[in-house]
Amino acid sequence: MKKTEVAIVGAGPAGICAALEAASYGVEVTLIDRGEAPGGQLVKQTHKFFGWHEKSAGTRGIIIAQDLAKKAKEDPNIYFLGSTEALGYYQDDGVLLVETPDGIKGIKPERLVIAAGASEKMLLFPGNDLPGVYGAGAVQTLMNVYGVRPGQNVLMIGSGNIGLIVSYQLVQAGVHVEAVVEGLPQIGGYAVHASKIRRLGIPILTRHSIKEAYGGRYVEGAVIWEIDDNWQGIPGTEQDLKVDVVCLAVGLSPLCEFLWQAGAEMSYIPALGGFVPIYDENMETTLKGVYVAGDVASIEEASTAMAEGYLAGLAAAHSLGKVPEDEFKSKKQAYATELEQLRAGPTSEKIVSGLSVLREQIGKRVSL
Amino acid sequence: MSKNEEDIIVCRCEDITLGEIRKVIREGATTLDEVKRITRAGMGPCQGRTCRLLVAGEIANYLGKPVSEILQSSYRPPFKPVKMGDLAQIHEGNGDCCDCDSEEEGVNS
Repeated sequence: MKKTEVAIVGAGPAGICAALEAASYGVEVTLIDRGEAPGGQLVKQTHKFFGWHEKSAGTRGIIIAQDLAKKAKEDPNIYFLGSTEALGYYQDDGVLLVETPDGIKGIKPERLVIAAGASEKMLLFPGNDLPGVYGAGAVQTLMNVYGVRPGQNVLMIGSGNIGLIVSYQLVQAGVHVEAVVEGLPQIGGYAVHASKIRRLGIPILTRHSIKEAYGGRYVEGAVIWEIDDNWQGIPGTEQDLKVDVVCLAVGLSPLCEFLWQAGAEMSYIPALGGFVPIYDENMETTLKGVYVAGDVASIEEASTAMAEGYLAGLAAAHSLGKVPEDEFKSKKQAYATELEQLRAGPTSEKIVSGLSVLREQIGKRVSL
Repeated sequence: MSKNEEDIIVCRCEDITLGEIRKVIREGATTLDEVKRITRAGMGPCQGRTCRLLVAGEIANYLGKPVSEILQSSYRPPFKPVKMGDLAQIHEGNGDCCDCDSEEEGVNS
């Protein structure tokens, strides 16, 4: 069985940064991803990012992904295992089970970093099984990775940053966006993204939801309506929109199967995306030697995912005795400060409050 | 296409509707595992990644409890369906199984 010092599940921004950091201390890293190449969701982010280090602010996600992937590829201490999915982790034996193109294999890592990301949430409404109902991530993959338009007229559900950014990217691709609807009384994403959408003449309808999608063999239209304080539709407020795509951007859910299965303590914190593992300031879960970074730890941005990745990689390398104590302390402080700065804005208040709830939860086990 | 609320597909992998989910909840299935075992919701290729939260939400609504109090289902490896042949290969020792400790047979080779 292959032995490795640090195995990292997920080669998105968090996983790659964890790999680069650990490898910089001479740690032998095995970086695992379902995709053929590293990069994760960053490869389809064609928009420019805000604050991330001095070097990456204003850089497009795809460029950051290419840069990170290149560094990982060139690093002799990082072994990238692509087209490979993790199937389970046996804490007692310390064995990570993976499905590679050559069959199922076991890997025995001394430390494990879970940076598996998140999955898209689904919404229940009549017609949600019609072809033409997409998750926002799928629309981004179609457009930005494969260059395929998902349709002609889109109804976007959800005004978080993903809903707003994907709406903009749809317009860039020549697709008409009929409206963005949002259940909450206010827009979820950054004002800068919302303003761009509004300048294009796309209405953002708050306190609205989708009533149904309809059509024969695919989406031919959708009905939206106003909702009350209890998220119930108000009869008489229906609007019929002639769209052929309904795009769902209604949130992400951390991919925590690993941590549940391995027995990590979990906590339900809606502000962080639902059930998340409890982890300390080193990103270490209640399972010794198992770290988390990125959306698995809390649904946030690629910028925080990268900082968390560096932190997790540093802590894993330090626990293997590879990082001098002084350097560990100063670098850890630097990453913590960076995370604090990235979460300084009013839009991060929810995350900050969620993280403080998480810290209070340490020791209160949610058992199966 | 689902036209009525009861016909909405909750578990896309196993084609389980909202009506079916609500029926078993009314009949006393109040954990994800119970709903899963009766209806198969969450037992398909995605292993509940899409429907798990939706089912938990339905149970929570019915019981008038927060989702955090709805008992999550057990997670067991493998997290995704794998070929029987691949599993058999491990058992027969032809693959890179968990018991053999050969350095040469690793994924790196």
